[in-house]
Amino acid sequence: MSQPQKSSNLVWITLFLCWLTAMIATLGSLFFSEVMLFPPCVMCWYQRICMYPLAVIFLVALLSNDKNVFKYAMPLVLLGLFFASYHNLLYYGILPEAVAPCSQGVSCTSDYINWFGFMTIQLLSLVSFVIVFILLLFLKRKAS
Amino acid sequence: MKKQTLVIASLFTLVLLFVGGSYFYKNADHSIVGEKTSALMRPHAYVIGNPNAKTTIVEFFDPACETCKSFYPFVKNILKQNPDKIKLVLRYAPFHTDSYYVVAMIEAARLQGKYLEALEVIYKYQDKWASHGTPNIALIWGFLPEVGIDIEKLRDDMKKPEIDALIKQDIADTKTLGVKATPEFFVNGKPLVKFGFKELQALIESEL
Repeated sequence: MSQPQKSSNLVWITLFLCWLTAMIATLGSLFFSEVMLFPPCVMCWYQRICMYPLAVIFLVALLSNDKNVFKYAMPLVLLGLFFASYHNLLYYGILPEAVAPCSQGVSCTSDYINWFGFMTIQLLSLVSFVIVFILLLFLKRKAS
Repeated sequence: MKKQTLVIASLFTLVLLFVGGSYFYKNADHSIVGEKTSALMRPHAYVIGNPNAKTTIVEFFDPACETCKSFYPFVKNILKQNPDKIKLVLRYAPFHTDSYYVVAMIEAARLQGKYLEALEVIYKYQDKWASHGTPNIALIWGFLPEVGIDIEKLRDDMKKPEIDALIKQDIADTKTLGVKATPEFFVNGKPLVKFGFKELQALIESEL
């Protein structure tokens, strides 16, 4: 296999992993709210706004073999990272909840799931954004 | 495998997992078991119907909740059709603003032997006092004398620590049981997984 071909394959696989992550995060969050009926809090909504489009953007990029996806995806990933980090800081009590926009309705610090003693929904969200962030940086380096 | 085929196959698999997972989750047994059963029924809860009935409906409700209001005659009718067979245990999930005080009013009315009277009159005028955005529970004082409730006594009784403890216990139990919306029904410990009049009727009939 020639060098450019190999690199192009690597780019494709990275993009594919980005899409898989975004897709699993999207369907997972929909499962929590629509099937298990956990009401999403305000912070969850901001993260959803960033994650859901990624599932579509990556899919289109995959199918049309678009190398420019970094430009469109990264702003959403950065925003998502910001909200997810903020949400986790709130949850672990590092930031006081009083300053958060979550006083009404569902609290952003309620515990719906707690897998293996530490895996909460907000941590899952943060992990997904971090994975996509790292993969995208890698993609950018390989694609350019 | 061709790249595009892999993408489409993955998309298909993920969607299938989601749909299949939803199906299994909805059909799985969500009965309340073990230590949580004590949270379902407390001796302090008001019971309508035969206390020795075999089938028990536990309803968590909020007096300001419109859906609770519309379910009340429906459930009462089911009780009427099956005398002796079903009992209804009323529990509180005061999620709306100020609902805590409305619940305290109902509990204080119980001390005057007017539990259902108070509940029904509060539901009757719900659109007046519980209007969205501007709930005004002060209006309720004007409606309660209609069913012969002594308002002065009610105001005093509402402050009783046992009423406060009872409501706090119910709120704690909503957390234990994962009640997040009202009304929430449990029939013999089985929660209503898909919400609706027909679904509730079906669940009750399956437990009769």
